[in-house]
Amino acid sequence: MPASRTASRLGLRFFAVGYLSMLLLIPVGMIFYRAFEHGAGAAWAAVTTPEALHAFYLTILIAAIAVSANTIFGVGCALLLVRTKFRGKALINAAIDLPFAISPVVIGLSLYLLYGREGWFGGWLLDNGIQVLFSLPGMVLATIFVSLPFVVREVVPVLHEIGDEQEQAAQTLGANWWQTFRRITLPAIRWGVAYGVVLATARALGEFGAVAVVSGRVVGQTETAPLWVWREFGQFNLTGAYTASLVLAMLAIGTLLAMNAFKRKEA
Amino acid sequence: MGISVKGASKKFGDFVALEDISIEVPDGSLTALLGPSGSGKSTLLRVIAGLEQPDAGRIVISDRDTTDVPVQDRGVGFVFQHYAAFKHMTVKNNIAFGLSIRKRPRKEIDTRVRELLQLVHLDGFADRYPSQLSGGQRQRMALARALAVEPEVLLLDEPFGALDANVRKELRVWLRRLHEEVHVTTIFVTHDQEEAMDVAEQIVVMNEGRIEQTGAPRDLYDHPSTEFVMGFVGPVNRRGALFIRPHDLEILQVPAVEAEEAMIERIVHLGFEARVELLLADGEQLWAQMTLAEAELMELAAGQIVYARPRHAKVFEPSGASRTEELAAA
Repeated sequence: MPASRTASRLGLRFFAVGYLSMLLLIPVGMIFYRAFEHGAGAAWAAVTTPEALHAFYLTILIAAIAVSANTIFGVGCALLLVRTKFRGKALINAAIDLPFAISPVVIGLSLYLLYGREGWFGGWLLDNGIQVLFSLPGMVLATIFVSLPFVVREVVPVLHEIGDEQEQAAQTLGANWWQTFRRITLPAIRWGVAYGVVLATARALGEFGAVAVVSGRVVGQTETAPLWVWREFGQFNLTGAYTASLVLAMLAIGTLLAMNAFKRKEA
Repeated sequence: MGISVKGASKKFGDFVALEDISIEVPDGSLTALLGPSGSGKSTLLRVIAGLEQPDAGRIVISDRDTTDVPVQDRGVGFVFQHYAAFKHMTVKNNIAFGLSIRKRPRKEIDTRVRELLQLVHLDGFADRYPSQLSGGQRQRMALARALAVEPEVLLLDEPFGALDANVRKELRVWLRRLHEEVHVTTIFVTHDQEEAMDVAEQIVVMNEGRIEQTGAPRDLYDHPSTEFVMGFVGPVNRRGALFIRPHDLEILQVPAVEAEEAMIERIVHLGFEARVELLLADGEQLWAQMTLAEAELMELAAGQIVYARPRHAKVFEPSGASRTEELAAA
């Protein structure tokens, strides 16, 4: 009996490691290997061209704006869903998951329809000198859309778990709404928020499809890092493509590690 | 002064939580709201605190109509069953919370917190986090936190409900002593009649959103005005229309007037007292309470045939009136 149980446990472990290796570790490892195939110098030169630097700058800028917006919206929306009762709550709850269900390309196209010259808002905005498509606002909108659910979905269960007694206790002690939120609710949900921010950041940094549609992919202007990688790849500039991919992966992993370090320091 | 509730009603959907409730809580008193779960006692407490808004009725605290005053400005201290400790704050900061919201000077806060830590016997725990405290310690911290802002009334919602039986008894005694020390008007909610009798000066018995009876613990026990109070405050046997306290059930070894034949099913030894469980000829069960010494003197044992007779019993008329029958004297 024990022997066969050990065997089955080993088998399961082998399967899990093998599965992860085939699907995740080996592909990412290959990129790492290929990026430095011609040496660190070549890799460095490939991703420090002005075009590449602009693409990284744009990606980080868009991610910062989109994640900030989604954090504020996400926390507010989670509070609304958990702490209040209103008609249409189920509808909002379902709508928040739409970005998970819809392909990013479709999201890009829907923004195109709304903000294009013939779109509902596009004509009026253009007449008033605001260019949404093929510029920063459109790319930010697309990124907000695709990374919207993460913070809400991480914070809702935490709010359920902590309950509202601490908040009520704060109120009986004289705290108004804002004091209660800042001194009781926010510290209690901070790890939910932090995890949501990490996931949303990773998603925002890597967004390709929706941004590809709305950006117009103008080199050196509306080209984000993932778009740059795709173009370099298409032109057989493989060292640049691989290295840039690596940088993107590192940015996401870096966010995760920073959050972990912060958490450890506090505990 | 004190607290008065005048005709408070509250519904949650179709569920009637409070139905035209009026109570007077004297200034400086310690009052218990006693009732089974769903009787409305917690809702009444939350309405007084301002955590729930009544559908109708007024709440008056210290001669001030506070019905429309938000919870922040009511001057109530509230203690929750599950402590509601601020988990990310130290004990010290938990207790200081209300004062720091009021922007009191640092020095004053420090002094007050030190006093309160002493009052609730938590000196030396100032820098711990709630997760490092036992349940009883957490609840004492919650009490200190509520008292820090010098509330006009202290409201406790099943404060010992989540604690072990031993800790619960200890804290009861402690709460009574604390009340003698700080003398703030206090209402506490409980479903445990023993706890209410032990701690409170006045008990309000609630059932299905209504008040059954209000009175001193002894009054409720000796002169219950409804069947519900008789059954809820203290143990009771029911025989037809008669309500008999177990210690009013006399056990005889020979037949007598008004005495019914019964078989002893079981004798439970509970330290000083014994609980004698009886089976009557018609299959109904009664139990009698006596001292262990009495039971031993009579050499009672399971399987024995004895004769049970109530010394006195209570009858509740459908009209709402009640009378006590002195049966043994008949």
